[in-house]
Amino acid sequence: MDFSNESRVLHRCSAQIGNLLLRSLWHLVHSIISICNFTLDIANVLESYLISSGLLGRYKSLHIAKLRYLAIVIDSEGAYQTSKIIKLLQWLEAVGVKHVCLYDTEGILKKSKDFVLENLDGAILFQDAHENNVLLDQQHMILEFVSFSDGKEAVVKAANVLFIKYSKHVVIDQNQKEKIFTESQMSEALKTVGLFFLSDQVDFRCYYQFFLLFVNLSFGTSSFLLGSGGPEPDLLLVYGPARCHLGFPAWRIKYTEIVHMGPLKSMNYGSLIKAIYKFTMVRQNYGK
Amino acid sequence: MLREDIIIDIFSGWRSFLRKCLFRVLRVGPIPSHIAVIMDGNRRYAKKKKIDDMTGYDAGALALLHLIIYCMELGVKYVTAYAFSIDNFRRHPEEVQKIMDLTMESVMLLTWISKLRLVRVHFAGNLQLLSADIQDAAKRLMESTAGYNNFVLTICICYTCSDEILHAVEESCKEKWDDGIGIMGYDEGNDYERLIKVVDIEKHMYMAIAPDPDILIRTGGEYRLSNFLIWQSSCCHLSSLGTVWPEFGMFHLVWVVLDFQQNYRYFAKKKLQL
Repeated sequence: MDFSNESRVLHRCSAQIGNLLLRSLWHLVHSIISICNFTLDIANVLESYLISSGLLGRYKSLHIAKLRYLAIVIDSEGAYQTSKIIKLLQWLEAVGVKHVCLYDTEGILKKSKDFVLENLDGAILFQDAHENNVLLDQQHMILEFVSFSDGKEAVVKAANVLFIKYSKHVVIDQNQKEKIFTESQMSEALKTVGLFFLSDQVDFRCYYQFFLLFVNLSFGTSSFLLGSGGPEPDLLLVYGPARCHLGFPAWRIKYTEIVHMGPLKSMNYGSLIKAIYKFTMVRQNYGK
Repeated sequence: MLREDIIIDIFSGWRSFLRKCLFRVLRVGPIPSHIAVIMDGNRRYAKKKKIDDMTGYDAGALALLHLIIYCMELGVKYVTAYAFSIDNFRRHPEEVQKIMDLTMESVMLLTWISKLRLVRVHFAGNLQLLSADIQDAAKRLMESTAGYNNFVLTICICYTCSDEILHAVEESCKEKWDDGIGIMGYDEGNDYERLIKVVDIEKHMYMAIAPDPDILIRTGGEYRLSNFLIWQSSCCHLSSLGTVWPEFGMFHLVWVVLDFQQNYRYFAKKKLQL
């Protein structure tokens, strides 16, 4: 009996020592990684400084025309740093980027859009740009503010729009194998949802009224492009602790290049130029 | 070397011992429940090795096999691989046919593996775009493995996220129609119940079988998602590796998991918020 007790105690002790050893190894590995990341960060800062000062020749000329639409995802913490955001937009304007979509999950940027627009000379909102037919105007920077509610919830709203539209006209067989809707119909529904649903209030009667509007509106190349149904960005820059799109409207980033820039508080001009330059060098096959 | 011999080889010897030790250390920290991969770079690998494209795809299939086994040992429960996009039909018909032939071979191999290791296999995508024989083989495999839930392997074939969303919207509409809901004579008291909601759309997604991925790996040095799991990857660690897919190995997986563990608290917080 004593022997079995002793062996149990010995087993427990060796298991605890084993666990302690494993934990130590794990922490050691992560410490090494943190040191490597820190070293890389220093190297990136140095490189950014060289780019900013124009010492690296290849970054001097950017083929900025290739970047027609840029999206910026900002982490919740960064979204409150309005002055940093304005500075970032000023850098983009100086580089020649004219269409920018700003995204954060909670809609903090939407609330501070007036302040941003006031402090950015000549910048206008996307919907205002369309109403005044200045989408192609290269003088003004055009800004769009998007949040999480323009993603999945917008798809749901668009789904309800399509549901209402087709429930009036179509007899649906549950075994029907052919597609009922097309991607372009979904895109149109998303675009008009972005136009109509400026608040998050959902009411079935709204959908019915909206359905009438949807049927009566004519959509050509000058469709409203808002929130959920706006254009697809060519490049998406993520300012936050990790590389993650944080729920940016899925319909709009199918083939978008997603680049992680680090936290907004440590943003710098050189990294921005490097990210844009690397994007201009990319060649996409689109599945081919 | 037969694929079965390769599997046996993976499990034997000192490499297996080293791997088990490494994974034991990794398991001290949080392990992702679901890893998704975009297997990019097979043709570039073939070009680099001066072999034909199909041998490159073969090497890619082998790399996926290795990943499945490593993930099972590590404790990852779900693995999703982007095997063929709807956009890939735009490739040369001969290449598409060869990929379909490889898919059929892979289905046979997966049938063998699933019995050996009780793996549930699921094919996500618009399977009607596949030929009848591959469709049947895939459906048979899904049915025969439906009862296993230790490990779930999802192969995205004839898949794009936009097609998946559209399919989910259609199925949600059909479900509402089936419930007899229409806009005529609606009852104001039951308005909200008649609307399609996020939960309706998500249950009709091709990927409803698995939780949202924790890590999405893309090899080949590219930084885009190419219409893969965009809906599901709101709080997902996106990892872009410079290595081409056939060269993806154990150490790449270890690196990606370590990176995930470094940012785990951030993603856990985000998942609660969203």
